Amino acid sequence: MAYEIIESCVNCWACEPLCPSDAIFEARPHFKIDAKKCTECEGDHVDPQCVSICPIEGAILNPFSEPANPPGSLTGIPPERMEEVMAEIQSR
Amino acid sequence: MELKVIGQSEDNTAESGCSASGCGGSSDQLSHLPDHIRDKVHNHPCYSEEAHHHFARMHVAVAPACNIQCHYCNRKYDCANESRPGVVSELLTPDQAVKKVMAVAANIPQMTVLGIAGPGDPLANPERTFETFRQLTEKAPDIKLCVSTNGLSLPDQVEELCKHNIDHVTITINCVDPDVGAKIYPWIFWNNRRIKGRKGAQILIEQQQKGLKMLTDRGILVKVNSVMIPGVNDQHLEEVSKVVKEKGAFLHNVMPLIAEAEHGTFYGVMGQRGPTHDELQTLQDKCAGDMNMMRHCRQCRADAVGMLGEDRGDEFTMDKVEVMDVDYEQAMIKRADYQAEIEAKREAQKKSANETFIPLTALTTKKKETRPVLMAVATSGGGVINQHFGHAKEFLIYEASMTDVRFIGHRKVDLYCSGGDTCGDAETTLQKTIRLLEGCEAVLCSKIGYEPWEVLEESGIQPNGEHAMEPIEEAVAKVYAEMAESGQLEQQRQADQLQAGA
Repeated sequence: MAYEIIESCVNCWACEPLCPSDAIFEARPHFKIDAKKCTECEGDHVDPQCVSICPIEGAILNPFSEPANPPGSLTGIPPERMEEVMAEIQSR
Repeated sequence: MELKVIGQSEDNTAESGCSASGCGGSSDQLSHLPDHIRDKVHNHPCYSEEAHHHFARMHVAVAPACNIQCHYCNRKYDCANESRPGVVSELLTPDQAVKKVMAVAANIPQMTVLGIAGPGDPLANPERTFETFRQLTEKAPDIKLCVSTNGLSLPDQVEELCKHNIDHVTITINCVDPDVGAKIYPWIFWNNRRIKGRKGAQILIEQQQKGLKMLTDRGILVKVNSVMIPGVNDQHLEEVSKVVKEKGAFLHNVMPLIAEAEHGTFYGVMGQRGPTHDELQTLQDKCAGDMNMMRHCRQCRADAVGMLGEDRGDEFTMDKVEVMDVDYEQAMIKRADYQAEIEAKREAQKKSANETFIPLTALTTKKKETRPVLMAVATSGGGVINQHFGHAKEFLIYEASMTDVRFIGHRKVDLYCSGGDTCGDAETTLQKTIRLLEGCEAVLCSKIGYEPWEVLEESGIQPNGEHAMEPIEEAVAKVYAEMAESGQLEQQRQADQLQAGA
């Protein structure tokens, strides 16, 4: 079982040095996690490190393929509010 | 003019209690500082208001990672159309950054300072940040190095900072109260965990204060940046100013919140407004006390290049830098000569200001109290009025009063990226500019077209092109004296007068 980085990653490098298993590597178009190396930080840390520093909601999926940081969990912006504002901006 | 400034000779300016930049003796806000600090900042555009007319800076975007989240920041930092901190077009490796610095320094002789400011937190990327500094200390010894940080990992990095000949550090401190902090910082990353809310804010505040003290104890100059967020920390920043001053910060820079829905930040999306020009100025005045306030900050991007208020980053993208042929030794000599010339010019300007400065009180009858007036100035640098009204991307705002002329801020004509027109129905650029100059009664520029002249006059802002190439503060003082003489300033500015075009 492993975490996975998906396309919304902004390549900020924050997670890479934290990984206790050296499973994270720079790649194009975005960083990746080597599923064979990822241990979900078990035995090293209480919380998975990449998930704990990642600033982008939804950029990392947990082993069940769900966003490890779901919408609104990091920015505090309620998802409904975000949708409403984005729709308003696009209609201009 | 033969009038000399009375009681304003070089010797006693510092004790005269006059903090204004137009007070004869010294035209710099830093005049009250000890000599060794003034020496360090006298050619630093970000620290000295007077220097920013003459010298340039650049930021290199080598530090993408961050260890906290701020509600005014969106970590998707790759928009090329925005001009605000934390935004960059191109992330650089330390090697690329060094190449870029040398190319810029060879092409922009005014450049004195290299800063690392993001787009994340420089000290959350210690290897990339310090590798850049290490190489630059060796290859570009004439460039001043500085760094800015949120302060979370500052105490752990102070020792390393000291090794790199960095004598300027900026810490962003928005609060000293964790309850306020909880409304600004949703989380921090600390000891391998994400810590949310008040607890996270408290750790951040403790680290910032500790780091500040450690730096000032070691003689490193610290500037404190604060973002003014109405309804969140606006009441609290006076206290912040007091605390950081006690801990030895030498300059406090209160900046307005930038928040637009298009930026996708918490504050932007939630409709948190930024302060008005008036609110910002009032708070800056309150915080001032006996501490030095900075008012010329342009809140530039983490990859800005050039004089404050301009960004020449497009001329120095990596593909262009890679093919530039740079003889740095030669460039260093050229730069030293160029900067010596600037210094000579600055000295001459100061001297002539001493000789010709007219005390305003001498021109107004004692009985008549004249009110202060805001004036906008179009300049492209050099400390003189030298820009066409229509070419101005920003205006510097000065306040003239019976006793002095002081710089109070700048206003940008084309403000930040906005995904659409948020300013109402088909407002022309000129109308926008006029709205931008709200509160100003005159605008000083080198030239101005006939059409804008009329429209400005109708809006109660007097255009003035008579002081082209004159030092800004002298010109502002002269215009104020003329207004005072003609009796315009004996009463409050009337709204109905404005409408009548008076």
